[in-house]
Amino acid sequence: MSGMHRDRVKRHDRFRLCVQLLAAAVLNGYAAGFAGGHIFTGKTKAVCVPVLNCYACPGALGACPIGAMQTVAAGNGRSFSFYALGLLMLCGTLFGRLLCGFLCPFGLVQDLLAKIPLKKLTVPHSADRLLRYLKYAVLIIMVLLLPAAVQNALGTGEPWFCKYLCPAGTLEGGIPAVLLNPALRKLAGVLFTWKFALMLAILILSVKIPRVFCRYLCPLGAFYALFNRFACFHMQVSSSKCISCGKCTAACPMQLDVPQEICSGECIRCGKCKAVCPTGAVASDFSVLRDQTEHTS
Amino acid sequence: MKRKHILRFFGLLCGAALTVLGVLRGEPDTILQKAVKLCLECIGIG
Repeated sequence: MSGMHRDRVKRHDRFRLCVQLLAAAVLNGYAAGFAGGHIFTGKTKAVCVPVLNCYACPGALGACPIGAMQTVAAGNGRSFSFYALGLLMLCGTLFGRLLCGFLCPFGLVQDLLAKIPLKKLTVPHSADRLLRYLKYAVLIIMVLLLPAAVQNALGTGEPWFCKYLCPAGTLEGGIPAVLLNPALRKLAGVLFTWKFALMLAILILSVKIPRVFCRYLCPLGAFYALFNRFACFHMQVSSSKCISCGKCTAACPMQLDVPQEICSGECIRCGKCKAVCPTGAVASDFSVLRDQTEHTS
Repeated sequence: MKRKHILRFFGLLCGAALTVLGVLRGEPDTILQKAVKLCLECIGIG
């Protein structure tokens, strides 16, 4: 790799890290919550943020869209959150999974862990393809169906994904709550132990398998993946400029065959492939009406 | 290409319509009520 080329890759990595840090700081900007061990109670909490960011986090200024969907589904007499779904459809149609690559705080945590210089694990192709479907099952079963279908005597359900799976909730909400509040510490039992162990497993796996949660488990990633193919923000590989060097595929944290799968739902639009491409074959664009004409996928 | 444009317009239109419908149903209030209290289930305690 030439010096100029290496600089471009470093510049891109630094830019993306700055955007990710800024997004995490803005979404969790209520510093008094961290200091005092309580959560923000202002009106902005009625607004869903476009990424997985737990509203039980002491700093959170908005609501998690996945939590919001489950809250409405689990409530009396309603089974579907039009509001959260509508906001996510708007965000998905505009940006697709660019939001995963640049704005998601839990994505940032995984990216930072992936920087630990240990040899990365390549998931076998067939297992990788199969496991990708898991996140769609999580979205349909744990976020949409179970909170509405399994209800108690009072007619309310539970946020199944938040309660039993979400590692972002444990990291951003559970751990600070338990550390800052002695009463909650006493209440932490089997469920907290399960969620803590699961979070730890996902974080440890993230060191060896970059973005493992985004690849296989994130229901929000699954939702945005449905829009990635036609979102206004899109990426393409020029077949006339591509020299099939394989650098883009080697750099991809989602283990994609970039020239073939750049338009798939799995691409988080992190732009690493674009930065490493020696011939400028990978391009990105944002438009509602216009598309680059030449592409391979 | 045309299909992509149609899907984009459909996505934006549906997204906006569903958001307005949700607001009219009072969903932001439901979400606010949940989000301003510490959700014990979400943090793995309740």
